[in-house]
Amino acid sequence: MTYNYPDSTGHFGPYGGIYVAETLMGALEELRAAYEKYRNDPEFIAEFHNDLKHYVGRPSPVYYAKRWSEHLGGAQIYLKREDLNHTGAHKVNNTIGQALLAKRMGKKRVIAETGAGQHGVATATVAARMGMECVVYMGAEDVQRQSPNVFRMKLLGATVVPVHSGSKTLKDALNEAMRDWVTNIENTFYIIGTVAGPHPYPAMVRDFNAVVSRETLVQMPELAGRLPDAVIACVGGGSNAMGAFYHYLDVPDVQLIGVEAGGHGIASGQHAAPLTANAPAGVLHGNKMYLMQDANGQVIETHSISAGLDYPGVGPEHCWLKDSGRAQYVAINDDEALGAFDALCRFEGIIPALESSHALAHAAKIAPSMSRDKILLVNLSGRGDKDINTVARLKGITL
Amino acid sequence: MSRIQATFEKLAQQNRKALIPYITAGDPNPDVTVPLMHALVEAGVDVIEMGVPFSDPMADGSVIQRAAERALKHNVSLCDVLDMAAKFREKDATTPLVLMGYGNPVEAMGWENFAARCAEVGVDGALTVDFPPEESHEAFGHLQRHGIAPIFLIAPTTDESRVEKIAKLARGYVYYVSLKGVTGAGHLDLEELARKLPELRRHIKLPIGVGFGIRDAATAKAVAALCDGVVVGSRLVQEIESSAEQDVIAKVSALVKELRAAIDEA
Repeated sequence: MTYNYPDSTGHFGPYGGIYVAETLMGALEELRAAYEKYRNDPEFIAEFHNDLKHYVGRPSPVYYAKRWSEHLGGAQIYLKREDLNHTGAHKVNNTIGQALLAKRMGKKRVIAETGAGQHGVATATVAARMGMECVVYMGAEDVQRQSPNVFRMKLLGATVVPVHSGSKTLKDALNEAMRDWVTNIENTFYIIGTVAGPHPYPAMVRDFNAVVSRETLVQMPELAGRLPDAVIACVGGGSNAMGAFYHYLDVPDVQLIGVEAGGHGIASGQHAAPLTANAPAGVLHGNKMYLMQDANGQVIETHSISAGLDYPGVGPEHCWLKDSGRAQYVAINDDEALGAFDALCRFEGIIPALESSHALAHAAKIAPSMSRDKILLVNLSGRGDKDINTVARLKGITL
Repeated sequence: MSRIQATFEKLAQQNRKALIPYITAGDPNPDVTVPLMHALVEAGVDVIEMGVPFSDPMADGSVIQRAAERALKHNVSLCDVLDMAAKFREKDATTPLVLMGYGNPVEAMGWENFAARCAEVGVDGALTVDFPPEESHEAFGHLQRHGIAPIFLIAPTTDESRVEKIAKLARGYVYYVSLKGVTGAGHLDLEELARKLPELRRHIKLPIGVGFGIRDAATAKAVAALCDGVVVGSRLVQEIESSAEQDVIAKVSALVKELRAAIDEA
């Protein structure tokens, strides 16, 4: 690839970097050196791919959503089925990679933050398998709206710590996980679940998820006869989108579209779409990125129907891809995402995650005005079982 | 000579150690802050660290996070904190003031604007917790042009090459974090501190203040014996939190006097 970001200090243009307290600098250097050592180590790579194949079930299929495409009457829609992975989302690609790294670094305890709970489950899963202690921080509000995943984490032996500070969502869980890490730095590996945070996390999480685009680059010609015209993925922090985009960055004919959570609409201010809303650059959670904040630089509360997208910032590489024009970013509102959620259930027999429903909704929005020979590839990043309580509540149904 | 330098030189001549309190500006409400600062000086402190409230204080424990939340309920902004500093300076021309907080409010204001305002209102130093030297070249250029000392943290996990790097950039004093953890944690290791400080002094010629985990007079005394200044934050903020509003100044003053006496025995 000619694309070569981040630079040696972890910057994607003006974004990224290492904005943390001095107490964490040593640990980040240790992590950077370990990742640098193992990312090209044949034995590490072999173990990673072996786990992806036999434990996760990769490669995940690409599926042609024929009936839904015909209903929409325009472009053909293909789905990358990350929902079929073990644990039900793309998140496990990254947690396996980081856990293998943790093992090599001699860390016996892993911690994680989680929003929707998918990353928490994926972390608890690999920790159980490797016999590591696991603590997952989760916003108290998310603990409520994602209770099935909380129970799954507990079944897997993890301790789930509800975080009551701030907005009680993903960003507060991240703050708390960072505090734990500072305090227990010697024995603890912090498995960050998205392509944000201090260097090397954005690059490392991307690399572990890049298996998604590595596979579709082969699968699309096999199934559809060629590469897609556009790859569409939802963006909260942006890990599934970076994975789905990465190997297409050097393929200029393929459009890359990131779909943020528009909540009640960008104009309402109640959303989680810093890129679409052109939020100013800011520093949070160890990196510089587009950040939803007030005029005084205080981070503001976000809103999304989907806990996994409910985050005021976005990974620095997405910020750079937006500024450089290589990717485009749009927002889908709560109700549009719910519409796509229903449509995929009814037309294809697939219950998608509410996060992924944002990407599906954008495909449904643009497909009808495109010709039938166009191809859209949507990263179906997770399955929706975890969301059935939320959807039932929104439909006024008591389960 | 800067106020920080003058203060530490005077203390050194008297063979005394600095007492450096941290309070979150605007906690429990903005009206209390300036009178509280004057009361701190009266009770015997040498430098005041004013915390700038931030929505996501990652490096702080729950005590200081709650203080930030109380201040933010009153919408206390970085501008307001600078105004409080200006008001404090009307009656106190000598006590050094250091702003301590996170980078984003400063980014939002702009570093040049921030540094100019600091100089204008009589702020002497700035400690930006989440801006390590690697990310701070531009920021510190602005601070230094306006004569504002960049204050740095050094942690138990900071290796020697980083200590050297920080020693080159630091002005005023250096703040040594006495434990692995966030502010307000309670497991300070005095032996480790006694081992670490001589190592630091090989590279750092500035005064060294020690903070994080200093919760009582006895610890303050023991720490003072090893370094040049004792920083007390969470313990004071806890006192503010647990006091009725009209008692805040009296309660905090009493605690500070106790700490002062202990440090002077060291």
